[in-house]
Amino acid sequence: MREALDPWPFVLGAYAVGGIALALLIVWAYRSMRSAEKRREELKRK
Amino acid sequence: MHIYANPKRFLALASWLTPLLFWSGLILSLGAIAWGLFVVPPDRLMGETVRILFIHVPAAWLGMGGWTGIAIASGALLIWKHPLSGIAARAIAVPGMVFCAICLATGSIWGRPTWGTWWEWDGRLTSMLVLLFLYGGYIALSQAAAREGGSYKIAAIFGLVGAINVPIINRSVVWWNSLHQPPSITVGKSAIDAAYLWPLLAAVLGFSFLFGGVVLMRMRALIAEQQVEARLRRRAMDDEMPAAQAVPEGV
Repeated sequence: MREALDPWPFVLGAYAVGGIALALLIVWAYRSMRSAEKRREELKRK
Repeated sequence: MHIYANPKRFLALASWLTPLLFWSGLILSLGAIAWGLFVVPPDRLMGETVRILFIHVPAAWLGMGGWTGIAIASGALLIWKHPLSGIAARAIAVPGMVFCAICLATGSIWGRPTWGTWWEWDGRLTSMLVLLFLYGGYIALSQAAAREGGSYKIAAIFGLVGAINVPIINRSVVWWNSLHQPPSITVGKSAIDAAYLWPLLAAVLGFSFLFGGVVLMRMRALIAEQQVEARLRRRAMDDEMPAAQAVPEGV
């Protein structure tokens, strides 16, 4: 009979994948919002 | 609802709602994940791998919920031509796709120790993969419309038609044989023990708030980009006008 796999690398791997993907999404969404709003304010001032 | 179709009113609302949703979502999600990782007991059948539940299920819910949001916003765009509906649909697409990808990746990782395989071409997994491709198609269509300055109607129709996949994903484990377990939570009842149910509900709520915060960030970015474009176009027209007026009559 095959020995059961150690579950912790799978648990931690799943959270690492989810965490990295979410962090990238949040940073991208925040930076694109800030740069677009900054550009709008600069144009308003000109 | 219709009063927020005005971008000015919407931006006033979004300026305080964005940080509120984002920070409450982040705190609630991290708390729920800590609860799921360190407090809940291992499951009788799945053992420690049950902890993947607290990221996999919210990601699945938001992957499907995201497309439902795109379909509703697309319907509103086609029926009422709300200026914000198309922006809302476009803003949901990337976060929805990311959550759909997280659902597929975490499901695959969960499948290896529990089912003995990373992937199985059954109804649930395949229909979820189709949803990922639908998101990709929607993003490509809406970006092409934005670049060409064309109508969003094609993307909106695509958003509505693609919604047929959402009930298919939901019922796939009932309609077809699957390695995936049948639905554990249905309207009014749950087959999940309270020790797992409460942190799961906290995770779903937390990730939903986080999703809402990210969608509002995307909407604000898209509105600002449109306003910049409109202002530049107006300036270019103003610059051309005096030149046109300077041409004498009869020439």
